[in-house]
Amino acid sequence: MALGIDLGSARAPCDLAARSAVRLLPAAVVVAAAAPQVPSAVSLVVNVRPAGPRALLAELASLGDVQALYDEARRRQEAGLLPGGVEVVPAARTVLFDGLDDVAAFAAQLRAWAPRPSARRAGSRAEIPVVYDGEDLAFVADCWGVRTDEVGDAHTSLLHEVAFIGFSPGFAYLTGLPDAWRVPRLERPRPAVPAGAVGLADEFTGIYPRRSPGGWRLIGRCEVAMWDPARVPPSLLSPGDVVRFVAVRR
Amino acid sequence: MRGSLLVVRSGALTTVQDEGRRGVAHLGVPRAGALDLPAMRLANRLVGNELGAAVLETTLDGVDLVLDADRHVAVTGAPAPVTVAARPVAFGLAVLARAGELVEVGRADAGVRSYVAVSGGIDVPAVLGSRSTDILAGLGPEPLRRGASLPLGDTVGRVPAVDFVPYSAPPAVLHLRCVLGPRDDELTAASLELLAVASWTVSPDSNRIGLRLEGPKLERARWQELASEGVVDGSIQVPPDGQPVLFLADHPTTGGYPVVAVVPEPDIWICAQARPGTTVHLHPETARSLAG
Repeated sequence: MALGIDLGSARAPCDLAARSAVRLLPAAVVVAAAAPQVPSAVSLVVNVRPAGPRALLAELASLGDVQALYDEARRRQEAGLLPGGVEVVPAARTVLFDGLDDVAAFAAQLRAWAPRPSARRAGSRAEIPVVYDGEDLAFVADCWGVRTDEVGDAHTSLLHEVAFIGFSPGFAYLTGLPDAWRVPRLERPRPAVPAGAVGLADEFTGIYPRRSPGGWRLIGRCEVAMWDPARVPPSLLSPGDVVRFVAVRR
Repeated sequence: MRGSLLVVRSGALTTVQDEGRRGVAHLGVPRAGALDLPAMRLANRLVGNELGAAVLETTLDGVDLVLDADRHVAVTGAPAPVTVAARPVAFGLAVLARAGELVEVGRADAGVRSYVAVSGGIDVPAVLGSRSTDILAGLGPEPLRRGASLPLGDTVGRVPAVDFVPYSAPPAVLHLRCVLGPRDDELTAASLELLAVASWTVSPDSNRIGLRLEGPKLERARWQELASEGVVDGSIQVPPDGQPVLFLADHPTTGGYPVVAVVPEPDIWICAQARPGTTVHLHPETARSLAG
């Protein structure tokens, strides 16, 4: 059922002229580059949009700001400074706050929040073994200016972080790709992508929790259950978790 | 006193529902829960349950079941004929069903979803704080199948003495208020006007995820891509085909198409009873200013 979930959309194919070949960066460099640049006493919220009478969508300038605001919201929630019933849903450039009694009052409060930059987020760590044999490996290698057999090395050299969960239950959007490694989605999404497929889209890496349509560029597959209704919580990953991929030879 | 419920006829789609899951949207888990929450709570109140006890939610053609213990049963929501041991009994009131008697909830006379509460509640294990079946995320018990058995909880409250509960049949034409935003600026001014003045028709593709509305095509003011963002219950989302989708309880927690308005509670509850072909009028209001 495609109810406006981002199944992928028409985009230009990878424009090699616009992308110089990228060298593999050591993970430490990438992490430092990806750390949120947060001024310490200025509101991160660029704009606030109403989402019905009980919710608002806070717009932010970058994914780093989204993560900083989300971490601050969780910190406040744990400290009892946010009403317990409020849902906080981070996404690529927004954080949704749902279940508010007084949206206008909360909007004013939110603008006064000054999230502190945190070098490391509070999530847990996961290691995910991947066989790098995806259908779009050659395309991604072209985009990155590396050989097909180097895509796995490049991908495993990065430290990834769960920005948010969306698209389908347990589908984690992982950041960690340097800007120059962004990959366009398929122009026409595949009608069925198998569970466990590892794909790239834009600045994100994702792992399909279950068989579904999908427009991400597939680079490999893993056997880890990203979503298991029998597990608590069913989602293997939560926003803020740090993920390292490990190449498995096949 | 514990017991169980045996499904004799499952109906088109009968699921276990309660008030749904809260606080897990950041994991991609929808709220789920009864689509017509007031009807679910009324059914529970009638049989002496806590308001949020798990009940059965039927879809158009009811459900038949047998209990293995004497229990009170109440059916609310979409009005439907109810019989116990082949005797017609009142809709919308608690009736006693003895162990082994066949309880039949028939095809709805109007509306879509009837709620069947049994005293003690349906006592399947809670997953993430709810017993609800979530079709999108695959959480909670499977939709009912013939021959399935569901555990019942201990009866707790007394069944209140009630002779008559007024209820109104689902309206033939839906008038839904909605609050503009968060992305009403993604539509052309003409399309925003259309949202308010057009007659929309509920499509047969509607389900627990959303009501699909058919009508004039809504046009985007621009074609820049939106990044995925969180969406709330009642969101009216406009996909590329320009036909709005009104998100109900099992909707995905994020979406990449613009949400141009949000239908608030309580108007969202009557969407649960909108049959395909029902005419819908939307009445957009502007949100209170959030500037500050």
